[in-house]
Amino acid sequence: MPYSEQILEHYNNPRNVGSFDAKDPTIGTGLVGAPECGDVMRLQIRVNAETGIIEDAKFKTFGCGSAIASSSLATEWLKGKTLEDAMEIKNTEIVEELALPPVKVHCSVLAEDAIRAAIKNYQDKNELTADIRTESLVTA
Amino acid sequence: MSKLPVYLDNNSTTRTDPRVVEAMLPFFTEHYGNASSRNHPFGWEAEAAVDEARDQIAKLIGATAKEIIFTSGATESNNLALKGVAAMYRKKGNHIVTTATEHKCVLDTSKRLERDGYTVTYLPVDTDGRVTPEQVRAAITDKTILVSVMMANNEIGTVQPIAAIGKVCKEKGVLFHTDAVQAAGKLKIDVIAMGIDLLSLSAHKMYGPKGIGCLYVRKKDPRVRLEPIIDGGGHERGMRSGTLPVPLIVGFGKAAELSRLEFDTEVERTFRLREKLRKGIMDALPETYLNGHPTERLPGSANISFAYVEGEGLMMGIKDVAVSSGSACTSASLEPSYVLRALGVGDELAHSSIRFGIGRFNTEEEIDFVTKLVVKEVSRLREMSPLYEMAQAGIDLKSIAWAAH
Repeated sequence: MPYSEQILEHYNNPRNVGSFDAKDPTIGTGLVGAPECGDVMRLQIRVNAETGIIEDAKFKTFGCGSAIASSSLATEWLKGKTLEDAMEIKNTEIVEELALPPVKVHCSVLAEDAIRAAIKNYQDKNELTADIRTESLVTA
Repeated sequence: MSKLPVYLDNNSTTRTDPRVVEAMLPFFTEHYGNASSRNHPFGWEAEAAVDEARDQIAKLIGATAKEIIFTSGATESNNLALKGVAAMYRKKGNHIVTTATEHKCVLDTSKRLERDGYTVTYLPVDTDGRVTPEQVRAAITDKTILVSVMMANNEIGTVQPIAAIGKVCKEKGVLFHTDAVQAAGKLKIDVIAMGIDLLSLSAHKMYGPKGIGCLYVRKKDPRVRLEPIIDGGGHERGMRSGTLPVPLIVGFGKAAELSRLEFDTEVERTFRLREKLRKGIMDALPETYLNGHPTERLPGSANISFAYVEGEGLMMGIKDVAVSSGSACTSASLEPSYVLRALGVGDELAHSSIRFGIGRFNTEEEIDFVTKLVVKEVSRLREMSPLYEMAQAGIDLKSIAWAAH
């Protein structure tokens, strides 16, 4: 299967690979997928409690090139966004940006799930629910 | 490096040997007769060339020329063996014994026969991918008409105990078919000594052209009869009609001859390169697993699982090497390899598997290049893998409630 330039660029030079201390209260961690399904993403955000802005993001992914590229792109997009704006990131935008083929759309869905799971984890840790539409956290 | 990418997918197909192409060429433009034309020299020379190829192929497997039935490839050969025997021996019985790790063209043919009222037993394999002659013996009933067990597996390279299974079949009076596509030129084949009644071959897996294969059909002790699946002019002893593709057959014959004449040196060379690759990779990287039997395997084949790294992701990293993966991501089905599953390899390790197939044209320089590249990329991807990090931290990955998706 031919891969787009964008996928190859993120795969070869992934942005923001790494880990934060999951116990830190300013950190939200989303771990989605399953090893037996062939992809697992862990996406972490560091949130400024005052402003509600995501100041940093990191990921580690077990998966194909498209899964790695989707999570790499997600960390780039998350940085500087408010939690509210981050919740608005849609998998279809990832599909478009990376030119994912139809068979790889599930990678973008997983990235969206990871974003929401990380935000929810941060909110749960800090007992925040206001303003954020938590009902949309239910993943597909 | 002579040329990139390095081709290490020789279980999938092989480069046609230039000597084979050379042998084929005159049969396109000079000796282009129809081998069935009995009344002019064009037909005679075509027929003579086909006869010579038949003999070259027969010699590779210890058969006689008249027992070789040409087909379009091993998919057709396997279809013909199973469907042809099933239809011809229907009065005798309706039961077939095969294994869980056969090629899809045997499994799907078996499923079709089941829909048509036959019963098929799919023998499970052990963790190395082998069945035992005892399993075959226990599965045979008074309704059994055919046992079909592949000589060597295309994904994992495991070699089955063919001679012992052949012996059981002879004792029980049941026909024995083997798909020897992967074995040709890599394992010694003797249809008499091994008790084989039907055997499938494909030219393009042994440095011959694509589009040609054959089915060996034993002529005596017993004389095997088949109901054809393609009707027409009665070519190939009535078992497979259709004008013979003489250039392809000549190429197939030449490929078989080269495989026979160069057998010892080729087996030794590909085995040495395989072991160099396997050791080079597995000694450098912890938590790598060889899938299939450790010793009873094809000389050039290594199927390795790399824990914590997904197969397709790894293939992108080693894009200068042509290999294949048991990962679901390489297929449309989202299911990982059914062969690895049959061995009891967990889905997570099946997703992490890469099949390396070394062949006639691979060099030591290429193997060194691939070893280095694989070690480098697996290490890089493990640093990027949450599973690796968790495992390093002592977390049991099985203890986590993963959300399957």
